[in-house]
Amino acid sequence: MTLTDKEVLHVARLAQLELSEEDLPRMQGEINEILNHVERLQKVSSLGVVPTLHVHGEINAFRDDIIRDSIPLEKIEMNAPDFRACCFRVPRII
Amino acid sequence: MSADSTSEFEVVIGLEVHAQLLTDSKIFARSSTVSGKTANTLTDPVTLGLPGSLPVLNKRSVDFAIRLGLALQCSIERTSIFARKHYLYPDLPKGYQISQYDKPICLNGSLVVRIKDGTKKIGITRIHLEEDAGKNTHLSDEPYSLVDLNRAGVPLLEIVSEPDMRSPEEAGAYMRQLRQVLLYLDICDGNMEEGSLRCDANVSIRRRGETKLGTKVEVKNLNSFRFVERALEYEIERQIAAVREGTPIVQETRLWDEAACTTLPMRSKEHAEDYRYFPDPDLLPLVVDDDWIARTKSSLPELPAQVYERFRKSYELDPYYCEILAEEKAVARYYDEAVAFHNNPIAIANWITTELFGRLNKESMAMSSNPISPENLASLILLVDNKTISGKMAKAIFDEMFSTGSSPRDIIEAQGLKQISDPAELEALVDSILSQSAAQLQAYRDGKTKMFGYFVGQVMKASDGKANPQIVNELLERKLKA
Repeated sequence: MTLTDKEVLHVARLAQLELSEEDLPRMQGEINEILNHVERLQKVSSLGVVPTLHVHGEINAFRDDIIRDSIPLEKIEMNAPDFRACCFRVPRII
Repeated sequence: MSADSTSEFEVVIGLEVHAQLLTDSKIFARSSTVSGKTANTLTDPVTLGLPGSLPVLNKRSVDFAIRLGLALQCSIERTSIFARKHYLYPDLPKGYQISQYDKPICLNGSLVVRIKDGTKKIGITRIHLEEDAGKNTHLSDEPYSLVDLNRAGVPLLEIVSEPDMRSPEEAGAYMRQLRQVLLYLDICDGNMEEGSLRCDANVSIRRRGETKLGTKVEVKNLNSFRFVERALEYEIERQIAAVREGTPIVQETRLWDEAACTTLPMRSKEHAEDYRYFPDPDLLPLVVDDDWIARTKSSLPELPAQVYERFRKSYELDPYYCEILAEEKAVARYYDEAVAFHNNPIAIANWITTELFGRLNKESMAMSSNPISPENLASLILLVDNKTISGKMAKAIFDEMFSTGSSPRDIIEAQGLKQISDPAELEALVDSILSQSAAQLQAYRDGKTKMFGYFVGQVMKASDGKANPQIVNELLERKLKA
């Protein structure tokens, strides 16, 4: 499986990455190399192998339904680039 | 929908319903889920997506998912997995929503829905747990949007139906009865206007006899039962017209615009379908054992369809009454309790659905703040049944009971309202009225039999409405014949 120029640019956009004209061929080569490797792996029979759901092998970490204090607005504001009327302000989206 | 379009085309509808769960805290975080608070005051590191924060699953949200799964006859999956669904939008601080993808917690259920001519089994494909996103507001004339993350991380159950519905009415019935189940289970408040219950519909049409599904269109923004039905009616008309004109139907998402009564194509988030799901490595597999399922099963309440059937069979109620009385758990319980005090199920059903609901409606009160206890309502009806009071007096006493919360007996005693049924006392009253009405009596004897009503009225008036009308009638008939 190989990705075309267009598909590589599409993946870059999904990942919010800027990809210049010069970088494109290199990236395309690297991505396709990875895909080829995965293709090789897919040829290995995994019949009877239980899917690894999590690397720990542990299950069920729960918390009880208990409310704890929220972060004060002042502290949230400190971390926000733009904060108005108790809200995060972002460039208009629609 | 015009009659010919229903016969030529078949409509195929499936619904995706999101139900906000009534947990106190969020699905993976500690902040509160209440609504109506100042923006961004219900947040914590997980909700804000701060680096290094880790989600931990709220056990109660799993309990709720199992409850609904069991109520909808689903298989509860022993192992389910949380997955990341990626899209970039300001209301999603992490850049992904935690949801379930190929291993949801509940699969393959059904809901038997009452429709116009009987019942219909609607398949449930799956139910999964996920977190809600925050809320964006767009100020007019400003190049900004505002983001409030209070709602981010509130637990949701997404309930996906099979494409089993064949008309907007069936979709409406499914939605209403699913809501009832959620309310009976106490896991969602069911408020569609406030968004705690949301519905998206997938709708397509095909020529009758065709087995392949037509191109489906997703309709969003259906935040009331009326919208669900109206939007679907509109969308079906639109698709039928397109097919007749030979215009192909495009697979797309459309928004219902209630004001304009139309669906419009939604400007889609760019590449919205590229969600790049993968198992969330921050969360362990969720494993539910038999014991957990058995415990949940034994704690399930009687469900609305069961209550409906029980009312129909054991109380021999009309479907109309069954529908209304089974709709809310609090009403059904109230009705059962009242009938336990006085076994006149039909009269009690009638009083609840007319007088009680009428008054609650008038005062904009919910059943939970109803001041009349089931015992008091039952004893009021008993007093009518054993002829201590007339139906008319009962209504006046009912009003007093509603205003004061007193028992009917206390009100009757305090106001001296008891019906007069003593024949001797009534006979004296009838005699005195007749002796004062010589002219009317003459008219009656001359053939004006309508005067009978006049005499009844005079006796009732003289007794302050307390005379037993049946006995008064009998006495008058006897005396006037003489």
